[in-house]
Amino acid sequence: MTTTPDTLDTLRELGSYIASALPTAVLSTEVKGGELSVRVHRSSIVKVLMHLRDDTSCQFSQLIDICGVDYPDTEERFEVVYHLLSMKQNQRVRVKLTADEESPVPSVSGVFPCANWFEREAWDMYGVFFSDHPDLRRILTDYGFDGHPLRKDFPLTGYVEMRYDENQKRVIYEPVKLTQDFRNFDFLSPWEGLRTTLPGDEKATAGKA
Amino acid sequence: MSNTATTNKADVEIENYTINFGPQHPAAHGVLRLVLEMDGEVIDRVDPHIGLLHRGTEKLIEYKSYLQAVPYFDRLDYVSPMNQEQAFAIAVERLLGIEPPPRAKYIRMLFCELTRILNHIMNIASYAMDVGAMTPFLWTFEEREKLMEFYDAVCGARMHAAYVRPGGVSLDLPAGLTDRMMAWANKFPKVIDDMEGLLTENRIFKQRVVDIGRVTADEAIAWGFTGPNLRASGVAWDLRKSQPYDGYEDMEFDIAIGKNGDCYDRYLVRVEEMRQSIRIIKQCLEKMPTGPVRVNDRKIMSPPRAEMKSSMEALIHHFKLYTEGYKVPAGEVYAAVEAPKGEFGVYIVSDGTNRPYRCRIRAPGFVHLQGMDFMLRGHMLPDVPAVLGSIDIVFGEVDR
Repeated sequence: MTTTPDTLDTLRELGSYIASALPTAVLSTEVKGGELSVRVHRSSIVKVLMHLRDDTSCQFSQLIDICGVDYPDTEERFEVVYHLLSMKQNQRVRVKLTADEESPVPSVSGVFPCANWFEREAWDMYGVFFSDHPDLRRILTDYGFDGHPLRKDFPLTGYVEMRYDENQKRVIYEPVKLTQDFRNFDFLSPWEGLRTTLPGDEKATAGKA
Repeated sequence: MSNTATTNKADVEIENYTINFGPQHPAAHGVLRLVLEMDGEVIDRVDPHIGLLHRGTEKLIEYKSYLQAVPYFDRLDYVSPMNQEQAFAIAVERLLGIEPPPRAKYIRMLFCELTRILNHIMNIASYAMDVGAMTPFLWTFEEREKLMEFYDAVCGARMHAAYVRPGGVSLDLPAGLTDRMMAWANKFPKVIDDMEGLLTENRIFKQRVVDIGRVTADEAIAWGFTGPNLRASGVAWDLRKSQPYDGYEDMEFDIAIGKNGDCYDRYLVRVEEMRQSIRIIKQCLEKMPTGPVRVNDRKIMSPPRAEMKSSMEALIHHFKLYTEGYKVPAGEVYAAVEAPKGEFGVYIVSDGTNRPYRCRIRAPGFVHLQGMDFMLRGHMLPDVPAVLGSIDIVFGEVDR
């Protein structure tokens, strides 16, 4: 979609409108790359999405997606991202909140029924716990799977591999055995992007001061 | 025995029983396991078990450069590969702040509409087979073969194209292809007519699909339906019209909508969408601009092979692009396209390196399959394949 200054202005207006309508829930709003992002408190997500859906100047009637993102170095490692679409206004909005392994996120499946599977997937992939979810089971991984595979500290190769055992006549799990270690090439050259002062630069300005 | 002896025969309670449908079942369109809770022959509850084709695409992409991630998109919904590449390409282009040249945009549109037909004939034909008609399947597979020859002509692969790339397309159209495509586009409506002649007014087909799996407009919106499934419920929403990407704002076409939201309307919407796709294909072929098909930025797309033979700089660029790849500025973007099955979205979080930090794939089939439960309640067991086929499920994208 092409972004003109007009559409950016409407997005900014929408952002400040949302922030003023929900002052206690919204932490910040940001328009970047032609998209509106709203950061909210974890505990008020149900209220926020209810407002975005029902308010006449928002009418975000469709929940497009819920997904998790993992930032292991931050205080609360997970970010849960909600994408909403308003067909009436032809707008999209992104709602974000943070969570960690212990803190539950209120489920929005009461507001949007399609949130059910998205939340199950976020639970399965990241281990984000959703409270009041009607049926929080794993969804994509195998029955009896252990761990949350999309976390950054989960290895790409996983921990177990599966094969059919001819003697036991069934499928069995074994620890992963690789004939060659997984190779992770770090192509990032240390010489690029070095735009700050180089060591020794201070000597050039030292005499003048 | 003593208990049953005292109860009246008419009061004997029949407990619900569960039926396991799949994971290997010809009507399951891949590997779907449905646990059906039945009250006699009436369905009480449906519990789809998915993930049997889960390959961890999102995780794998986090370990690949942006260019290496393109082929994964072919393998999601493997009957409509190019639309998904296009979603990824648009997302990366928006992060990079580049715009593909006009010819590239037209080629993308052309092939995405071709892919839409590829997807819809596959869906309609296999759907007809699910509910008992064999012939459309044979006829349309011949057409699919012709379409895959066009794929073959531009990228050398029949299905997994890796043709649409961030910054344009990989190669220009070979000489004479547009004429062949035009000749095909003129003949194809006849095939649709033939197929419709077998199905649309067919009494047996209608008995199986009319009034089955009805979805109201409100239900469709609340359950996150997009694409033909949403339009069949009477909501005129098409991303190609409302949020045009590439060159769809220049194209003239109509949005097909249904009225009842049942399986029959979903079939009719797809048939009409194919006719509209033919219109777009013809417009693309007529208006096809000349010029380059890749952005002229050596830091994003590699130089032509001929230049590499004589220019040192071109050789270095080629080497750097195919080992390290390009770096994408930090930020996040959500790009959505109107894929044949519905809204296909890609959400990329970039941390400024040569690999995506997070690449979330929003697959339409995942959402539609979730709706199976409310669509099937109160229906009979034979309606399961009828509803399942009508919402157009491919497990490559549902399980990712």
